[in-house]
Amino acid sequence: MSRQSLSKAHAKITELSWEPTFATPAKKFGTDYTFDKSPKKDPLKQILRSYFPMEEEKDNRVFGAMDGAIRGNMFRQVQERWMEWQKLFLSIIPFPEISAARAMPLAIDAVPNPQIHNGLAVQMIDEVRHSTIQMNLKRLYMNHYIDPAGFDISEKAFANSYCGTIGRQFGEGFITGDAITAANVYLTVVAETAFTNTLFVAMPSEAAANGDYLLPTVFHSVQSDESRHISNGYSILLMALADEDNRQLLERDLRYAWWNNHCVVDAAIGTFIEYGTKDRRKERDSYAEMWRRWIYDDYYRSYLMPLEKYGLVIPHDLVEKAWDRIYNQHYVHRVAQFFATGWPVNYWRIDPMTDVDFEWFEDKYPGWYDQFGAWWEAYNRLAYPGRNKPIAFESVGYEYPCRCWTCMVPCLIREDLVVDKVDGEWRSYCSETCHWTDAVAFRPRYEGRDTPSMGRLTGKREWETLYDGWDLADIVSDLGYVRDDGKTVVGQPHLHLDDPKKLWTTDDFRGIEFRSPKVLLNQMSDSEREAWAAAYRANPNRTPATV
Amino acid sequence: MSTPSKERKHQAPASFPKPEFTGAEAGMLEFPSSNSRSYNYFTPQKMRATVYEDVTTDVQPDPERYLTQGWIYGFARGPGGYPHEWTAVKSGNWHAFLDPNEEWEQTIYRNNSNVVRQIELNLQNAKDAGAYAHWSRSWTKFVAENVGAWMHAEHGLGMHVFVSAQRSAPTNMINNAIAVNSAHRLRFAQDLALYNLDLSDSLEVFDGKVHRDAWNNNPSWQGVRENVERLTAVEDWAEAVFATNVVFEPLVGVLFRSDLMMQIAARNGDYITPTLIGAGENDYNRDLRYTRALFSLLGHDERHGAANRSTMQGWLDKWTPVSAHAAHELQPIWSQPSERTVTFADSWAAATDDFKTLVAEFGLTPAKEL
Repeated sequence: MSRQSLSKAHAKITELSWEPTFATPAKKFGTDYTFDKSPKKDPLKQILRSYFPMEEEKDNRVFGAMDGAIRGNMFRQVQERWMEWQKLFLSIIPFPEISAARAMPLAIDAVPNPQIHNGLAVQMIDEVRHSTIQMNLKRLYMNHYIDPAGFDISEKAFANSYCGTIGRQFGEGFITGDAITAANVYLTVVAETAFTNTLFVAMPSEAAANGDYLLPTVFHSVQSDESRHISNGYSILLMALADEDNRQLLERDLRYAWWNNHCVVDAAIGTFIEYGTKDRRKERDSYAEMWRRWIYDDYYRSYLMPLEKYGLVIPHDLVEKAWDRIYNQHYVHRVAQFFATGWPVNYWRIDPMTDVDFEWFEDKYPGWYDQFGAWWEAYNRLAYPGRNKPIAFESVGYEYPCRCWTCMVPCLIREDLVVDKVDGEWRSYCSETCHWTDAVAFRPRYEGRDTPSMGRLTGKREWETLYDGWDLADIVSDLGYVRDDGKTVVGQPHLHLDDPKKLWTTDDFRGIEFRSPKVLLNQMSDSEREAWAAAYRANPNRTPATV
Repeated sequence: MSTPSKERKHQAPASFPKPEFTGAEAGMLEFPSSNSRSYNYFTPQKMRATVYEDVTTDVQPDPERYLTQGWIYGFARGPGGYPHEWTAVKSGNWHAFLDPNEEWEQTIYRNNSNVVRQIELNLQNAKDAGAYAHWSRSWTKFVAENVGAWMHAEHGLGMHVFVSAQRSAPTNMINNAIAVNSAHRLRFAQDLALYNLDLSDSLEVFDGKVHRDAWNNNPSWQGVRENVERLTAVEDWAEAVFATNVVFEPLVGVLFRSDLMMQIAARNGDYITPTLIGAGENDYNRDLRYTRALFSLLGHDERHGAANRSTMQGWLDKWTPVSAHAAHELQPIWSQPSERTVTFADSWAAATDDFKTLVAEFGLTPAKEL
């Protein structure tokens, strides 16, 4: 279709909407934003007549690549270290995708612009595509990769694991609460515009370097839809900016959305890329370098900063703080260390780091070995059952961290720990911003104004609470992370499947008691809690070289 | 510590890792679970799960299945996630519903692309053959006004009933089926709009703008518009789907598309419009399959079947008069074409027969006035 006829067709399609007089569409999802003064911004033009064949063609290419990968025995050259992390990633990501589809009516409810409605409806169909195409990719992995355990329990494990809950924010956050906070600022303006770059561009390139060219095929196909979604989000953002009353809410939501995305997505994708790869070429970009390129330069400087011309206050401090956490405070490495500590309750296996890895990390993140080297050496030494417990229950100088109530990633930058009594209980937070999100932003009043539509943080947010006082063997059985012999666990701290003696079973976990840091925190007296928090902040959590 | 590569212009690495034999292929080793190659957290309907079941089941988690920590975000005035209270009907097992169309991305794009290609070919052939030149003035006006008005109904239902409802049902299976339903409606509305554009380009006498006036002001269409607008105002997702696909569609949609347009167009020298309208009928037939499966399941639910039938009967009693009124308001358009091959009474009888058969499947009784 020519550009001229596309414009003509698009103009015609805008005639389909009308001003109702008998009844108006139900407002199921409230917002505190107003759009009374908004000009009607026109997003990217999309017509279903050209959309469906275009997507079908993209699909054909994806499925052709899948056939080729199987015929070409791709799995004989994929790195197990990489594939194992896909068990976690691909258990999480279809839910955010389908949540994005479910978020579209929130935005349609809130924004009185029929032209944007069309774009949002097309996005809804895209998201159904993304969710199911990713589930299908995982299905292929399950069928053709050497170790299907973990893929076979995927969506169950996503729903009941400590990691799935972290990832679930990147999904539930799209569909719940104030319609614009959720479906526009959190989903489109921040998650899709900024963080899909690392998710769908940076990570696939790492997959290719590890012998997996299907992940890039599927995810680049997904990413090619994102430009339309970004356009939807930007149009709504500009409409919101037309009303001065929205500014305060936009600034609140940008701070919340930016910080939560950073906490969650950088934790996950940073770990997958840095600890899932076997590619240790020095010229290969680290996650920090990718982040600098894709998020700092391409998003922050090119997308976010220009919004200042509309008078919007951009969270410069939080962007810089996120960078500081990623590069100087080793955020990603601390997350990876936490995931590896938690291997008994994982549904994927984690390969130990080797000298080659150490050298690369030290080159890319100076000071890495001093902080993490001895711990990974201990991880390697304690990798097999029989002589020792899992590393989390051995004395290696690592203190199990408490959970951030807001982002649910543990409080890993220990000096930034915040402890406060909120809603009648003591909660720990990884940062001032996560504390602010819970105590100030997600409330019915914000800075002197009513915010009746703002969402709430709910649920049993500390996973460990569910299993406080349980035996580790019973926890793993309850989760269902046991292989088909009834005792070998899915998660293992190594990749050796060839020797049954090296595989941990629930018998090896029997007698190990599991405790919840939050339960313990709430049992402390005031003075005990203050002393504990001070010690927590002061502890570098560094494994001594002598262990 | 300084920032690495902060100002460095990005360059792709000149090298790439060499392929390495890793032996990570299925079957290379035997160990516990080495043959566990199916999703084992749900029971497939048949012996082996279909691709549709694999890619759809449990992607939307459920606190009643595995979601142990519950929903972690809530609305200001109620729980988050997908509360069962968002509809009056209840189910002993919402997950029992499977879409008979087994829609997932491949079926969505294949099906809709085929329809789009068929329509485009038909329209191109019609243009090449000068098919519109034989249309009478009265038929041209009829199509401009009435097919034009109908596209608004399709769009309104697609955008404000089905897109909205796919946020709300308790399972991914139901929500995806509704999402695909909305895609059909929106595509068909656009098919008709672009047909209108084609006709405006091809026929000087074709008024490409009159559809708005017909939809907004023509008395014949006000009942339909009222029905559509009232459907968009329904908050209960299941009621909205029921009132649209079980009541409005048979009594108004099928009445207009199948029992009028498909019957009279050819006699008026128009063999193009039925090919478009037929695509809409095909969409509805496809969407009716999941609707049937869903409400049959609810109507026959072991624990809640009786209560659900009572609720659905209430919806039927509430919406049947609205749609019957809309249908009867449309009656004057049956006399507009020069060739009148069916009467409104014939069309209405056909539509109501199908409607009665449909509601009987759910154990419901149609209103007496039908």
